Amino acid sequence: MTAQELARQLKAQFGDLISAPVEFRDEVTVQVADAQKLAEVCAFAKQSLGCDFLLDISSVDDYGETPRWTVVYELYGLGHHCHLRLKTSSAEAEPELPTVTGVWQAADWHEREVYDLMGMRFRGHPDLRRILMWEGYPYHPLRKDFPLAGKPSETPGGPATQAAPLEGGPFVTVAGGKDAAAREPRARVTEA
Amino acid sequence: MQTRTEFGYDAKNEGDVVVTRLDAAINWCRKNSLWPMPMGLACCAIELMATGASRFDIARFGMEVMRFSPRQPDVMIVAGTVTYKMAPVVKRLYEQMTEPKWVIAMGACASTGGMYRSYAVLQGVDNIIPVDIYVAGCPPRPEALLDALLKLQQKIARERALATLKRP
Repeated sequence: MTAQELARQLKAQFGDLISAPVEFRDEVTVQVADAQKLAEVCAFAKQSLGCDFLLDISSVDDYGETPRWTVVYELYGLGHHCHLRLKTSSAEAEPELPTVTGVWQAADWHEREVYDLMGMRFRGHPDLRRILMWEGYPYHPLRKDFPLAGKPSETPGGPATQAAPLEGGPFVTVAGGKDAAAREPRARVTEA
Repeated sequence: MQTRTEFGYDAKNEGDVVVTRLDAAINWCRKNSLWPMPMGLACCAIELMATGASRFDIARFGMEVMRFSPRQPDVMIVAGTVTYKMAPVVKRLYEQMTEPKWVIAMGACASTGGMYRSYAVLQGVDNIIPVDIYVAGCPPRPEALLDALLKLQQKIARERALATLKRP
């Protein structure tokens, strides 16, 4: 069994829903065309292809492009030792995907993390709360339109945040430096 | 033994009578058994543990009694990055500590947010609780923390204990 073989079987089952596998540095990725069908694809991958281990779920924000959102599922089979990566995209303003917690229990916290930091909702998730930020925080900080410094916010009974000072700070990267060494965060002498 | 502090007592010379200011006596009691509360939030806590262990031996200064209940310690050592999520907990623990109480901000993160200029990190624990001593370093060496504790002792020795005594 190879990852290419897994991708072929997935395509044989779902046809046009699954793109041709892309191989890069021995890693095989397939794109799932319709995000809403993702749970079915995952269920098939687990039950028929032996991908019994969900390694990770991550998300990508291609800000300014369409579709803006991509969710990445890293699958692994403890029986056949093959990795397979599923990607699916969503162009909605507030994206919503089907949960895969019904397929892998491990998806629970991964989906909570994606929800917390990127703001994607997972339909059918048993407990879709924030996992890293606190309840009541109004933003999703890994979105590209969210500033690194943060935004002011107030949570009743919780912390009040302020934007962190990025200008002139001691450990600030310099955008547009001529090379990586110049852009490196380092102690700087701020001119008076 | 004669000390250079305001409160000294030599049983041979002075017999059973001690003449001093009450402030000095109270401060002498307070400063020589500072019980720390380790608020270990990040890597600075490792140095804090080293400070408490045998090589640096915080027990030399009567501060080895690390207390994890906020009702018992005197000085909170905030060692590490205070995230916004942790900030209400730090504040509550400080408020639960009994008077008199002091705070040491250990390391760059606790003092100013350090290198974490980001949406998740409180830019200095002095935004939520009053800090007595700031310790520079990332993380500070155990000697730096011990120096901070000795400086805190000097600060306590100068306090007006009676005037600021909280009445029940």
